[in-house]
Amino acid sequence: MMNYIWAGMIVLSLAAGVLTGNTKAVSEALMTGATEAVELLLGILGIMCFWSGIMEIGKRAHITDGLAKVFAPVLRLLFPHLPRNSEAMRYISLNVSANLLGLGNAATPFGIEAMKELQKINPIRDRASDSQVMFVLINTASLQLLPTTLCAYRASYGSENPYIIIPCVWLTSVAALIVGISIARILCTGRNKDSQEVGAWR
Amino acid sequence: MEIIVPLIVVLFIVIGIVKKVGVFDAFLTGAKEGLCTAYMIAPTLVGLITAVTMLRSSGAVDMLTELVTPLAEKLGFPAEIVPVAVLRPVSGGGSTALLIGIFEKFGPDSFAGKVVSVMAGSTETTFYAIAVYYGSVGIKKTRHTLFSGLCADFTAVVFSVLTVRLFMR
Repeated sequence: MMNYIWAGMIVLSLAAGVLTGNTKAVSEALMTGATEAVELLLGILGIMCFWSGIMEIGKRAHITDGLAKVFAPVLRLLFPHLPRNSEAMRYISLNVSANLLGLGNAATPFGIEAMKELQKINPIRDRASDSQVMFVLINTASLQLLPTTLCAYRASYGSENPYIIIPCVWLTSVAALIVGISIARILCTGRNKDSQEVGAWR
Repeated sequence: MEIIVPLIVVLFIVIGIVKKVGVFDAFLTGAKEGLCTAYMIAPTLVGLITAVTMLRSSGAVDMLTELVTPLAEKLGFPAEIVPVAVLRPVSGGGSTALLIGIFEKFGPDSFAGKVVSVMAGSTETTFYAIAVYYGSVGIKKTRHTLFSGLCADFTAVVFSVLTVRLFMR
């Protein structure tokens, strides 16, 4: 899937570049894009290191267990094949709570740890398990309760009430999340009925 | 609000000390892991961000926008928001730039301004999440993740127009 999408994007950009006469811009983008990616990575590298360190403290002090309990009822619905007290469950809880609080920089390292835990019980190493698809999907949706950066932009461009959009944001996020999750559910049960993770745990 | 982040850090460290965890040792172990993760996701990020940057500069996004605009207008979508909707799942920085463009041109309290605000607040950069999370564990077959994610993004586009229409007119 990603093979074709990636190839398609690059081929399409050259084709569109030729059509619109933007070939120079495309060839420049090839250079700057790669640099941009590394700059982005360098930008989050320090924060990622730092939060991974803090997270390790949380793990050794068993702080993560408490959060996992709070989110357990909801998460059990989304990840029916994960054992309640697994490490994966704890990291998913941390990731979700960081997302809700709008701490995107902290949510990413938590989420990566969750993916690593899920990978341990993934029978086919280069293929995403049902739980991994579900988890990544939650992270492609925005769970943030207060979109602070957005409201700051609104305020700086002279909005009379920067926060007025928040109820609509909540409704829209929930609708998008429900649609995404439902589609993932339908597609995963249709193709491999019994999740292979069940087998791995027994 | 600014106090939340340092507060969480302090809380973790204090609880760690109370529970007799070697906090600095634990921190170093974790930080090293963070570094390894960054190393793991670097190739995926370079590949995808380069492709996205090329696509943006090629004019393909503008072409797609032109293609979608007549249909969008028929369905009651303001034409100004179409480029944001198209770019949002692919490029966080790119769509933010467009969002600010709309704020400057129409104002954040205009119909288009409110709709793009809701859209930006209720979605994440789908491609980025897929690249980072699957890249970190070396998964290549992402199955239905992208399709489901894009369906969610499309729902967000529809709902951002609907909710603003219904509740903020």
